[in-house]
Amino acid sequence: MKKIWWKILCVVLLFYTIIGGLLVKIPNLPVLGETIRNLFFHVGMWAVMMTLFTCSVVQSIRYLSKMNIRYDIYAHNYASTGILFGLIGYATGALWMNYTWADPNAPSYSFSTVARDPKLIGTAIALLIYFAYFILRQSIPDIDKRAKISAVYNIFAFAMLFPTIMIIPRILPSLHPGQEGNPALNFKDVDSTMRLIEYPAFVGWTLLGVWIATLKIRINLIKEKHFIK
Amino acid sequence: MKKYLIYILNLLLIPFFANAQGVDNLLRSNGRIYVVIGVILIIFISIILYLIRIERKIDKLEKQNH
Repeated sequence: MKKIWWKILCVVLLFYTIIGGLLVKIPNLPVLGETIRNLFFHVGMWAVMMTLFTCSVVQSIRYLSKMNIRYDIYAHNYASTGILFGLIGYATGALWMNYTWADPNAPSYSFSTVARDPKLIGTAIALLIYFAYFILRQSIPDIDKRAKISAVYNIFAFAMLFPTIMIIPRILPSLHPGQEGNPALNFKDVDSTMRLIEYPAFVGWTLLGVWIATLKIRINLIKEKHFIK
Repeated sequence: MKKYLIYILNLLLIPFFANAQGVDNLLRSNGRIYVVIGVILIIFISIILYLIRIERKIDKLEKQNH
């Protein structure tokens, strides 16, 4: 086990998140009810995704300046773990919105209005751009060429992330909260007792995401050890 | 690969299956706390499946080295 302290911190923070997240006193909001506790879980997934994509783009830039294939492996694996958390965020959001936004008396009608929500479409586009990153990688057999082209594409993909998940959904009307600022990070949105769980939760989930990504990186470093300088 | 595609599709289909009456009543009871449990389960199951996938990659690597 390399550098164990942050892995212990990760586990401790996640214990705190799950236990505290299910027990903390919540404000009484009729639309959300108890589902407001999903703030610690669903929103945490997006925090992980953003962190991992940021790590990925930093490694891509490092690859372009140093031309060492090691950084390409870092960038690729951070992005693929980021995609995993993006998909989990989408799936958890699908369940949550079914019990808050959707009208139980007219499920198919309300589903069609919910599915048009700009935040959902924007996130879907962002994830599809990152799927294209992996398809692009698979389609180039030459290792150096693949690393170079995918590093440049990764920077563009990261640049597209902000318009698709942050700018455009805030211009259009949406059911999703967070129209006026960063959802859940804004001090005015979140109850102060919930914030005590929320920030440790985000750190804990992020550490978990980085942990999984480093495992993948170590496997790929062993797999590609003949190509690394 | 096919297996994971089916898994991803299943995740996206959860809201449709959740419309079944019994599950729906359960999820709407007690201030909808079971929605939170469902969300935690989705996260847990996804991460476990991902770890199994990583382990399979390690198995393959170990076979190559021997």
